[in-house]
Amino acid sequence: MAHDEDVAGSERTLYPYVTGTSVIGIKYKDGILMAADTGGSYGSTLRYKSVERMKVIGKHSLLGASGEISDFQEILRYLDELILYDNMWDDGNSLGPKEIHNYLNRVMYNRRNKFNPLWNSLVLGGVKNGNKYLGVVTMLGAHYEDNHVATGFGNHLAVPILRSEWKEGMSFEEAVKLLEKCLLVLLYRDRSSINKFQIAKITEEGATIYPAYSLKTFWGFSAFQNPGQFAEGTW
Amino acid sequence: MDPLHDMNLDAPHSMGTTIIGVSYDGGVVLGADSRTSTGMYVANRASDKITQLTENVYVCRSGSAADTQVVSDYVRYFLHQHTIQLGQPSTVKVAANLIRMLSYQNKNMLQAGLIVGGWDKYDGGQIYSVPLGGTILKQPFAIGGSGSSYLYGFMDQAWKEGMSKDEAEKLVVKAASLAMARDGASGGVIRTVIINADGVTRNFYPGDTHPLWHDELEAQNSLLDVLSSGGAACPEPMST
Repeated sequence: MAHDEDVAGSERTLYPYVTGTSVIGIKYKDGILMAADTGGSYGSTLRYKSVERMKVIGKHSLLGASGEISDFQEILRYLDELILYDNMWDDGNSLGPKEIHNYLNRVMYNRRNKFNPLWNSLVLGGVKNGNKYLGVVTMLGAHYEDNHVATGFGNHLAVPILRSEWKEGMSFEEAVKLLEKCLLVLLYRDRSSINKFQIAKITEEGATIYPAYSLKTFWGFSAFQNPGQFAEGTW
Repeated sequence: MDPLHDMNLDAPHSMGTTIIGVSYDGGVVLGADSRTSTGMYVANRASDKITQLTENVYVCRSGSAADTQVVSDYVRYFLHQHTIQLGQPSTVKVAANLIRMLSYQNKNMLQAGLIVGGWDKYDGGQIYSVPLGGTILKQPFAIGGSGSSYLYGFMDQAWKEGMSKDEAEKLVVKAASLAMARDGASGGVIRTVIINADGVTRNFYPGDTHPLWHDELEAQNSLLDVLSSGGAACPEPMST
C-alpha cells in the first residue's frame, strides 16, 4: 500500500480508516437530544461494536461525531484543553455551545485550508441560560445551525423525516420516538450502521448519555415473505 | 508472471499476521503467529511479534515490521523515562496512549496495527486496540492483522465474559491456529504471553501441538511409514 505521503512525509488529504456513521440531533422542549449507533467500521467490515461517538463537553454541550474515530478522539483532546484553560480562569464563566461550535468551525476550516482535514462531521448541541443550540461542522469547515440536524446517511434518510415530523416543544418521549424512527430507517438502509444505539440528552440541568440498546426490526411484510406473489418474475 | 519469478523479494517486510489479546479476571493473554513475509517469501518463520514495552505491558505487532519495531522502541524508551519519573510501574493506559500518540501523529507514514495488553494494580488486566489511523479503543478482547478477518465470526461465538486464565489462553491458541490455517500471511508457531499480578509467562506452541482443522492431515515422517503401518488401503497399480 504505497501512498504519496509515505515518500515525502507530507501532509495531504488522507483517507479514513475506522469510521462512525450517521449522527442525528434534534431540539426538544427541555434541550437537545442526540442519537448515534456505537459502530466503528473498518472499510466494509463492522469491526468495532462499542464505540461511544457522543461525548459531553464542559457543562453545556454534547458533541457527536461521524467519520474517522482517531480524529474525533483528537478533537476531544483539543476540547479538553480548551475547557481546562477556560476553567482555570475561575471567573464563573463557562464556554457554551455557541462558543464550542465556533471553535470547532475554526479548527476544521483551518485544517481544510492546509489540505489536511480532520475527517469528521460534527454535531454540537447544548443549552445555556435557557437557550437551546444545535449545529453541525463538516470536514470542509462548512457550518450551520438548525432545529434538527444529521450527518452522513442521516442527511438523506433522517432529515426528510425530521422535516416532516419535527415540531417545536416536543416532549422527551415524543423526541425519543422520533429519533428512534430515524435510527431504524438508517439501520435498514445504511450498510455501515449496526443495531446498537445510544441516545444522549442535554438540558439546563446537565447532560446524560444513556446506556447502549438495540431496536426491534420489522420484517413481517407479506411481500417480503413471498416476493413473487406481488411482483411476478421478481428476483 | 508466474509466482516463482514474481516473489517480490525486495518488498518491505510485512507481518501479514494474526494477533490476539484477551483479558480475563486477573490479567491478559496475548497471542500471535510467527510469520514475517517479504512479498511471497517468508523472511522469518519464527518471529516474535509480542514485544515487551515495560515489565507489565506488552504489545502485539501487525503491519509493517519496520514501522512497528520503531514505534515499539520509541514507546519503550518513553515508558522507561516515565517509570523513573513516576517512581512506580507505568499503567497499561499510559503505554497504550503513547502507542496511540505515535500512530496518530504519523498516520500518513505508518502501517501499524497494534494491540497493547498488560496488567497494573489500578485497573488489573486491560487490552487496548490501536488500529491504522491511531484510534484507541479499550476492549475485553481484540484481534488484528490479516488473519483476523477469519476470526470475527469465531470470536463472536466463542468469546465469553468471565473466562479463567487457562480458558483465555486456550481460546487464543485455538483462534490463532484457525487463522493460520486460512491466512497465507500467517503461519509458523503460536506464541502467547500471559500477564498478571504474579508476572509474565511466555508459551510456545509449534504446529504439532495445534489441533487438526478441516482438510488437514496428521503429520508423518514419510510415505514409507504410512505404507508400512498397513494403514488405509494401499492403492493397486492401475492397469488400464
